[in-house]
Amino acid sequence: MSEIAKSEKRNFISLFRHFAISLLVKYMVKRITNSQLWHLILANARELGREPAVLFWGIIFPILMSLGLGVAFTKKKDVTVTVAVIGRNHLVHAPGDSASVIQYFLQKNRSVIKLSHDGSLSRELKVPDEKLGGTTYIFRDLSWKQAMVMLKRGNLNLVMDEVKGQVVYKFDPMNPDAQLTYLKLSKLMKDPELIIRPSESQILPLDVTGTRYIDFLVPGLICMGVMMSCMWGVSYDIIEKRSKKLLRRMIATPMKRSNFLVALITVRIAMNFVESGLLFFVSWLVFGITIQGSVPALLLFFLSGNIAFAGIAVFLASHTAKTEIGNGLINLVSMPMMVLSGIFFSYHNFPAWSIPAIQKFPLTMMADGVRSIFIEGAGFSETLVSSAIMLSIGVVFFTAGLKIFKWH
Amino acid sequence: MKQEKVIQVINVHKSFKAVHAVRGISLEILNGQFIALLGPNGAGKTTMVEMIEGIQKPDSGEILIAGKHWKGNEKELRNIIGLSLQETRFIDKLRVFETMRLFASFFSLGPERCREVMTLVGLDEKKDAYVVNLSGGQRQRLALGVALLNKPRILLLDEPTTGLDPQARREVWMILKKLKDESATSLILTTHYMEEAEQLCDYIVIMDHGTILKEGTLQDLLGKSSAVIEKKEEYTGPPRNLDELFIELTGRHLNE
Repeated sequence: MSEIAKSEKRNFISLFRHFAISLLVKYMVKRITNSQLWHLILANARELGREPAVLFWGIIFPILMSLGLGVAFTKKKDVTVTVAVIGRNHLVHAPGDSASVIQYFLQKNRSVIKLSHDGSLSRELKVPDEKLGGTTYIFRDLSWKQAMVMLKRGNLNLVMDEVKGQVVYKFDPMNPDAQLTYLKLSKLMKDPELIIRPSESQILPLDVTGTRYIDFLVPGLICMGVMMSCMWGVSYDIIEKRSKKLLRRMIATPMKRSNFLVALITVRIAMNFVESGLLFFVSWLVFGITIQGSVPALLLFFLSGNIAFAGIAVFLASHTAKTEIGNGLINLVSMPMMVLSGIFFSYHNFPAWSIPAIQKFPLTMMADGVRSIFIEGAGFSETLVSSAIMLSIGVVFFTAGLKIFKWH
Repeated sequence: MKQEKVIQVINVHKSFKAVHAVRGISLEILNGQFIALLGPNGAGKTTMVEMIEGIQKPDSGEILIAGKHWKGNEKELRNIIGLSLQETRFIDKLRVFETMRLFASFFSLGPERCREVMTLVGLDEKKDAYVVNLSGGQRQRLALGVALLNKPRILLLDEPTTGLDPQARREVWMILKKLKDESATSLILTTHYMEEAEQLCDYIVIMDHGTILKEGTLQDLLGKSSAVIEKKEEYTGPPRNLDELFIELTGRHLNE
């Protein structure tokens, strides 16, 4: 065969291949876009996208929350502490023979007289500290009654008094802030030199990636967002459609029942990916959060968590047609997890006996896994088992939910 | 030509806990026949329609749709039935055409059929409107359009004009009259408006407390000739309209 004939044959085969592929693609596109699953997905996506509240609660609110909490807990700044000094009304007067220990301490240590917002005078003592952040103590002359009112309102947490020339500190021992104020202030009273040379001991700020509060918080917020989104977006949506008799209308057609639920879950999971991606992006931009571990493992783990909560959501919504009952059910499931699963603070602060149970909550499992990838550098080998467990939870709940699902 | 029976209801009973909603009803509906189930609230009309629709199962008795039982034939039967429920709220933030497309996809129908139906129910101008922004009459016409997408052999309408103003009600009637003239669809319509039954249906079943009180054509029921009905002549004798007939049968008004 001549070269020309060979080349023509090659061209023909290539042309035929292109034609066949384009026909196949067109056929597939038509099949997909005419399918009921596609239209159900489209309907759910449109419904979601056209609701401005979804944009706020799903995307903007979690970002604001992470920014607020992140700034509050990560930026070390100077603090101001108000301390009540009971009863003698002489903090601002010149020290005489009868000067109290507190009065003497303040007047000898460069405290200044300030006018409070309520018109009374108080003494202010500034203790600078470059490493830990400075503290400004505001000492106010108050009666016991006034001090108690301010204590109850959260305006102060420590009360100082003198009994027979001895300073007495009164505070709630369960309040860590009050404890800290006491420790710092009592140390200053004993050694006023600390006011001008604050950090005697060597303090080296720890600079290990992933140890800040925000590094702990963002993965938790992402997981909580997934749970809430599935609970409200899947459960509540199903219950609402049932109460509107829309489910009943739909199953009076040849619609495949599982398609309805699969479409709802697909759109919700896609939305969760977008929401979480944006939250991560803002956290990276503002706080420099990074993913230490494997990104593919994170994606798989995230998907498993989504499926777990979507399955639970379908199960929760399988029976009731009353939105009030749905509300209660969703809160019953999500509130304990929100409080106990260590989203905002470590669940290791709870009693030791409760921790094994807490660790079995889907939200704990997801938050622990996502955190391990984000901040500990975990990969597939560390998260595969948890991934499989969450997937199984999702499949079991979804199947059980579908089995008892009430369509009308 | 012998007319085919599309629906056969044979001595059907249905109870919900202490309420005996349907008590031994038998019915036959022929191809192309429009039949009204007329009765006050609680008469058992909706339960009857739900059983025909396959959503409720009768406690006893038998229901055949196109000669087939629901069990084992659900997919096939869903393809030949169209229905509009007493109160369905479609997805608020979906446009009218998108709603049609969604339901059309369940029957593997394309956009052409949606356009045809939109024209039939007079919603062409509203095709881009969100469902939430439609008036009551427009929503009802949308529900009717969705029910007609698959060119159903059997159309079940559960109180399709309840709550509509007279103008909107007439618009729905016009659509149904057109359907009767142009297709062989059989219709079961539940209503407590006697005028609706008189205007649209060629066979009327009067129900109360789960039983059939009386059934037949309008003439049969009122016992007068069609000439008398059309001319609205002075008439003394049997009841002159369905409401009077209902009072005669039960001592109550239809709308009570």
